[in-house]
Amino acid sequence: MSQSELEPWTRDESIPERATCAVKLPAFEGPLDLLLHLIRQNEVDISDIPIASIADQYLEYLELMRMVDIDVAAEYLVMAATLAYIKSRMLLPTSEDDDEEGEDPRAELARRLAEFAVFQEVARELGARPLLGRDVFAVEPDPAGVPRKEPALEVSLFQLLEAFRRVLEKLPVEARHHEVTLERVTLQDRMLAIMDRLGADPAQVVLLEELLADGVRTRHLLVMTFLALLELAKMQALRLFQNTTPEGRPFGPVRVRLAVAEDARGAEGEGAHV
Amino acid sequence: MSDPTSPRHALEAIIFAAGGLARAAEIRRALPGLAPARIPDLVAEINEELAREGRPYEIAEVAGGFQFRTRPEYAEVIRAAQPDRKMRLSRPALETLAVIAYRQPLTRAELEEMRSVDCGAVLKGLLERSLLRIVGRRDAPGRPVLYGTSAEFLETFGLRSLRDLPTLRELALADEEEGTASETAQTPREVARAEGANGEPRL
Repeated sequence: MSQSELEPWTRDESIPERATCAVKLPAFEGPLDLLLHLIRQNEVDISDIPIASIADQYLEYLELMRMVDIDVAAEYLVMAATLAYIKSRMLLPTSEDDDEEGEDPRAELARRLAEFAVFQEVARELGARPLLGRDVFAVEPDPAGVPRKEPALEVSLFQLLEAFRRVLEKLPVEARHHEVTLERVTLQDRMLAIMDRLGADPAQVVLLEELLADGVRTRHLLVMTFLALLELAKMQALRLFQNTTPEGRPFGPVRVRLAVAEDARGAEGEGAHV
Repeated sequence: MSDPTSPRHALEAIIFAAGGLARAAEIRRALPGLAPARIPDLVAEINEELAREGRPYEIAEVAGGFQFRTRPEYAEVIRAAQPDRKMRLSRPALETLAVIAYRQPLTRAELEEMRSVDCGAVLKGLLERSLLRIVGRRDAPGRPVLYGTSAEFLETFGLRSLRDLPTLRELALADEEEGTASETAQTPREVARAEGANGEPRL
């Protein structure tokens, strides 16, 4: 790439920062993708890469990415180092008699690139197939369709207990022991605390386990929090959700949100009643 | 004329009523008199009939079962009717699926070594969409999770089994024929290894 091609992207001091964002760079999926692009652009053979020239172009691209504020991920730098290393080895005189293998220093990179190219091609082929949910449709919602409206689901008491048990396990050992000096926390307190927490942002969805663990350090407090949650669910003040697999099995974490938020949004679906 | 004693009509009814996927085992249970090897023939007959009548759907054999699906030409009108039913797979997602489909089971580190990028977010998304599943743990330090493709992967891509995936050797030859460079020719060992590993595709 010549300097003139780089010119439009150099920062103009008169333009405020962030104003120069209308740059279209091909998005690269990592250093191998970028390298393959350069190799194809240069119409060279993977097994015989002109390392010096490709390495220079690679670095120019990295510079370009930095210029347009793309985070240059660490893996790009690792590849830059690899290219520099190969380049230096290419410069060393090859004494073919003492090096039995005499392997091309580029061989490993060539192998990786070739493999990468094969999978890129496979991916293209896969993407070109008629995909369920994109090109062809079955009666049932397609299994991989996103985002399916999250089905609200009756969370069983056992699932709630299971979540409770997991948080209990995470409590420090001393918290599981009996404490003589009990804080007098009432159910009312915990219910209010939960409503406060959820009420801070009525639309927020909080993980059940997070809610249970929130500021809870003793077993007693945890029990009260759990009971408060059940009570609030019973009062239908909040709703509990969990994802299901296409077969209808619940999976993933149980989540909680205010029922009012849902009503306000007029979302469909039944909340879970425990 | 519809005839409940006709295996072909019974088969069509079972697949129709299955909604999603009528599994081969379900069909065998319902029609014990029908030789399993005959099922694909009957399905082909039904499909011929549907095509003759100009029906916008057909039966596809996918993921160890049979499924009524609309023909691709109707994608646009269905998407217009059900705008929520959007399925998109990004290039990173497709490439990740491709690597895992051929090299499974493999760990995240192995996948990232091949793709040279962090794949955490992509893996999470594909797991959430059930296109991937965790198939076990490698008996190695840290016991890393092993990823594999799911039945939903086969269903989504319209594959009967992993054997339906294009073989890597075919791809290698195609590349050579095009004369686009001997990209893959130099790695016959790799390709052979991959094929060996997939000789017995796992579901």
